[in-house]
Order: sequence, then structure tokens, then C-alpha cells
Amino acid sequence: MRFELRLRCTPVSHTEGVREKRYRYENALTTSILEEIMNAKLWALKKSPWVFHVCSASCNNCDIEILDALTPKYDLERFGILLVGSPRHADALLVTGILNRKAKERVLRVYEQTAKPCLVIGIGTCACDPNIFRNSYNLAGPYDKHLPVHVYVPGCPPKPEAIIMGVAKALGQL
Amino acid sequence: MTELCRQLEKKFEVTGLKEHTPKRIYMEVPRRQISDVAKFLFQEHALRFCIATATDTRRGFEILYHFGEDKTGIIYSIRVFVPKDDPRIASLAPSLPAANWIEREIHELLGVDFDGHPNLEPLLTAEDWPRDRYPLRRGE
Amino acid sequence: MKRVVPIGPYHPLQEEPEFFKLQVEGEKVVGLEINIGYNHRGHEYISPTLTWDQAIFLVERICGICSNSHPFAYVCAVEDLAKIRVPERAEYIRTIVDELQRIHSHFLWVGLAGHFMGYNTVWMWFWKYREHLLDLLELITGNRNHYAMMKIGGVRRDIREEDIPAIEKTLNLLEEKTALFTRAVLDDPVIRARLEGVGILTTQDAIAYGVLGPTARGSGVAIDVRKDDPIAAYSWIPWDMIVFDDCDLFAKAKVRLLECLESVKMIRACLERMSPGDILADVHEIPPGEGIGRVEAPRGEVFHYVRSDGSNMPVRHKVRAPSYMNVASNVAAVKGCTIADAVLVLASVDPCYCCTERIMVMQDGKQMGDGEYLIKLSQKTTETLKTRYGDPESKLRGLM
Repeated sequence: MRFELRLRCTPVSHTEGVREKRYRYENALTTSILEEIMNAKLWALKKSPWVFHVCSASCNNCDIEILDALTPKYDLERFGILLVGSPRHADALLVTGILNRKAKERVLRVYEQTAKPCLVIGIGTCACDPNIFRNSYNLAGPYDKHLPVHVYVPGCPPKPEAIIMGVAKALGQL
Repeated sequence: MTELCRQLEKKFEVTGLKEHTPKRIYMEVPRRQISDVAKFLFQEHALRFCIATATDTRRGFEILYHFGEDKTGIIYSIRVFVPKDDPRIASLAPSLPAANWIEREIHELLGVDFDGHPNLEPLLTAEDWPRDRYPLRRGE
Repeated sequence: MKRVVPIGPYHPLQEEPEFFKLQVEGEKVVGLEINIGYNHRGHEYISPTLTWDQAIFLVERICGICSNSHPFAYVCAVEDLAKIRVPERAEYIRTIVDELQRIHSHFLWVGLAGHFMGYNTVWMWFWKYREHLLDLLELITGNRNHYAMMKIGGVRRDIREEDIPAIEKTLNLLEEKTALFTRAVLDDPVIRARLEGVGILTTQDAIAYGVLGPTARGSGVAIDVRKDDPIAAYSWIPWDMIVFDDCDLFAKAKVRLLECLESVKMIRACLERMSPGDILADVHEIPPGEGIGRVEAPRGEVFHYVRSDGSNMPVRHKVRAPSYMNVASNVAAVKGCTIADAVLVLASVDPCYCCTERIMVMQDGKQMGDGEYLIKLSQKTTETLKTRYGDPESKLRGLM
């Protein structure tokens, strides 16, 4: 589990353009205290993951379905999942849309700012593969070209039940 | 043929006047007259500027300015051709704030210059998009 | 001392997650710079590579909330080009789906506006009843959003007779709850204090910027495509346009809430008048020419222009969504507001979402605030007003 965690924290091999100095802490992981902190964080993440929602060039439907999951009918908060306003507080990133050129730099910056370990969950068919937008001149995606995506939730848009299942499956992987 | 069409024909060099349906009227004016036509329609007849469509055609860059007359539901589309070797035209933005953004968009996607526009910065494309590549031009 | 408060770009909006730079002096906003393009996908570039029928699916995904308005305007443009007559039953079904979409979109806006003011009860309440609407749309069209109902010449699915009682039951429920809650929201002194006199967009500015939809109708500009250039069944059923002259945020909220009630009446009128028949006309080819289609989306007029050269694909397809005109008018509406009110003003044009998920407050180059700073500012203002007028949330909860 700990080795897996280290690999997840250092996705340098998948990611283009992410500055390497941000991941130098992997050398410090040899100290046991840091490992204990990471385990505690992982436990907290599984119990109550806080999510930050990143949208780039989406039609907003997936974004509305994510917000819908907070409303009384589906009620994500009973699982301890909270939508936070800053990536620094987040355990998981819900990414939607195709990635477009203008937003790419900002999305990568948001990913860098998110405290590791963090899960990246691609919501919607656009986050999985650009499909109908594949010929666009403004396309920089899909997301997994630049970020490690752990779970894909297809659907146009995926129903809130599917989103909850996606998050639960992602947590189950940990 | 509406009363407004007759007035336009009298005041400006209108060609190709076509009434496709009772609510869709198309006509062509030379590019030097477009500011006057727009002022006439917006200020004197209170037509609303809906949007402008720009297309790359064989004859040149065609810009269609769509003006809507809300009390009758008719859309007047004024066609203007801009030659490809001199892609400039007067901007409507100083007198018509509604045209501000669309002229920026046409400038960055098709490469037409709007003289007199207060801020012809790119609107939609990324900062690192090469400024000599125009996505809506055919053959790019 | 001038400060710049950048808002965005991380919040999904109708066309783009937008990046607003508010220039503030003290507490008042003196200027606004808008930077868009975070959502640009190049629909006009992709459309000519698809066939006429495929383009409907592309166009639907321009916006998820006005998901029906864009294909509706597109098929109207093609039908205008080719002079196709759509069967009567199809026109009624198109109107019903469009009005259901309008109610769901206005509920969404009211919920979010409530959230930004600090009334999470309003948010949860309106979105809970929105679920009934989405279930109804799933029953009629097959999906909660992205209905894919429009086809060139008609609609894709019919409304079955056995579904009509379920539709009427949901409409009765929605009408009762909307009327009840509208009265509660509009009579509340705290909400009035937050919204009245804020974000004034004068009638003159509204006309100069060409604003559309409830943004225009809240500023005294009586335009509505359903009255001015009626398509589908809008000229066959009785309904009223809602216009207010106050030019502030309260007027826009009133327009949207009262339009929901109007929409319920329109759907009932359509169901009464609908008679059995075809739902799709026979369309063989699209001749050369050009066509314009426009439809009143929840946010305003959606404008589509298509040009054909007789082949199977459009030569040019121009899309103009209402927020294109409405968001540009924020420059005029936001001047003179406080920062706490800026959230509401930028959201009042209903750009599908509000642009305040990710903001920073900078002073002298150093970051001062984080994350939800602007929303919290707005919610704090509401708390201060509650101490003056009493807490109305308990009253609202009592209604449930």
C-alpha cells in the first residue's frame, strides 16, 4: 500500500510540463514519521474525501450533475464528501470537459496545488475521450495526456448515481 | 418588400435584395457604406443588432450583419464582401457596443481588421495560439 | 487605492468559465475586465465536417442547461432554409419540451442565487423539486439532460397517452410549490435588501449592449422571441410576457420566477390542444441557400445561421448564444456595486453557473484571501441583514 502511494504521488512519467522540484519530497519518504502522516491522510481520505471540481471546456451538464449529487435526493454529504472551494483543501479532483488550450496551463496549476495524494476522477464522456470534439483546433486533451486519471465515469452526462459509484470505486482502490 | 427595404434602397447602394421568407430579408451593400447602414438601422429605426457571421468564400470574406426588428420579427441580414488582399472594414463597435465582441472574434478566427475598434485583442483562442493561423479560413 | 480582484476562471459557465478582473476602490467596484475562452471548443469549425443530422448532436453539447434550445434553433434554421413544414403534433411536443427546459433552468438559477446569498434552504429546496422535473423529462425524452428530441422536420419521440397523467401530476405539484415559494422569497425583507437597487442595468445600456432574455425583460426591454418571431406552438397558445422596469437584480429574479408559472400554464395548454398525428416530416435533401433560426432559451435569444450548397453538410454554421451579449453587459451593470454584491450581479445574467468557484484577492501583489472568499463576503452581508430583519430561514423551513 505504501509503495503504491508513493507511485501515485510522483506521476512525473505521465505528466508533461509539471515541474519536477514539486515531487522531490519522495526522497524524504524514507523517514517513518512522514509515512505515518501519509497513512493517516489516506485513512482520512477514504473516510471523508473532499472534492474540488475542475471544469475545462465542458457543456456544464456534468458539472450540474455533480452539484445535483449534493441535493437532497442523492445527498453526497452523508458519505462525508464535501465540495470545497480551493484545491489546497481537496483530496479528489473531479475533472469534466475536454481540455482546451487556454485552460490547460490553469488546470495543471490546480493539479500541482492540490495536496498529494489526490485522486483524479474524470466525469463524463468528454473527460474520458474528446470524441465529437476530436477535430477541434482548440483541443489539448484528453486529460490523461497531462494528468494521471484514476477513474473514468462515462455518460453524457453520467447520472448522479454513476458519479457516486465512480467515487466509491476510486476510494475502494486505495 | 417592406417599407424599410424601400428606404434602404433609396439611401444606399443596395444590390441582391432577396426576401427568402416574409421574415428573412437579405441584401448586399458595399463595404464603405456599412457604418452608415448600421447607424441608420440602429439609431433611426431601433433595430437590434443580433450578431455578425463571417465566412470565407471565393469572392472574398463575406460578413453578414444580422439586425432584428422585434416588433415585426423580421431579420435584415446585410451582406458585405471584404477582399482577401485587403481585409479591412470599418468597425461598428464605437457606436454599437453590442458589436464589440463579435468583431474581436472575427478578427482572430478569420483575420479581418476592424478600423476604429477600441480593443482588437483576441477573445477566444489561447494566448499561445499563433496569430497568423486563422481557423475559419478555408485551406488553413 | 485601486485593487484588482480576479474572479475565475474556474467556474463552469454557459459558454465559458470566465475570468473577471474587478477593479475596486475601497468597497466599490469601478471597472471590470472580462477574459473568456476557457470553454471554446470550436463548434463552428467542426460543424461543416458533420452531416446535417449529425450536427444536431454536436450542437446540443454547446450548453447542458439550454440543451434543447440550441438544437431547436438549428433545426428551425435548416427548416427555414429548405422551407420545410413541420407537423402540428411535433410543434406542440417541441414547445412542451422547451418549456420544461425553461422551468428546470430557472429553478437552477434561483437555487444558485440563493446559495450565493447564503440561503442554502432555497438551494436545496428548488433543486429537490427540480428532480421531479428531470424525472419527467426522462420519461418523455429518455434522458435527464441532452434530450436529443429535435430532428430536422419534427421530433424524435412521441408523448404517449399513458404518460400524460404523470405529466399533469408533476405540473400540479410544481405549480403549487413554485407559487408558494415565490411568494415567500419575494416578500422576504432580507432578500429584497440584497437584490433591490443592486446591479442596475439601465434600459439604454440594455439596448446598446443588445442584451436578451430575462436580463433585458428585467430592464424594461420587452423582447421575447416567442412573441416577436413565434415558432412552434407559441402563437397558438395564450401566454403573457413578463417585463419589469426596475432594472435591478430583484426585477430579474421576479421575471424568472413568474416565467416558471407561465411555462406551466403553457404546457397545460399544449397538452389540451395536441391532437394525434405525425411527428416527423419527410425530408430528402437540403437545397442550396441560407437560413436563420432563433428560439427563446431560458437566457435569451439563441441565434443559428446555416448555409448550404446542396450537399449533405453545412457550409457555414454560426451559433450565437444569449450569454454572448449578456455577459458583455456586466461591464455596465457591475459599476458602483460593492464586492459582496458583485457575485450576485455577475450571476444575475444567469451564465449557466456563477463564476466564483476559484478566486484570489490580491493586495500589493500578495494573496490575501482564498477559495470561497467572495461567496463568504456575500453570505456575511446577508447575515448582517438578518439581524436587522429577523431570521427568515426558519419561516421558509416552516413552509416545507
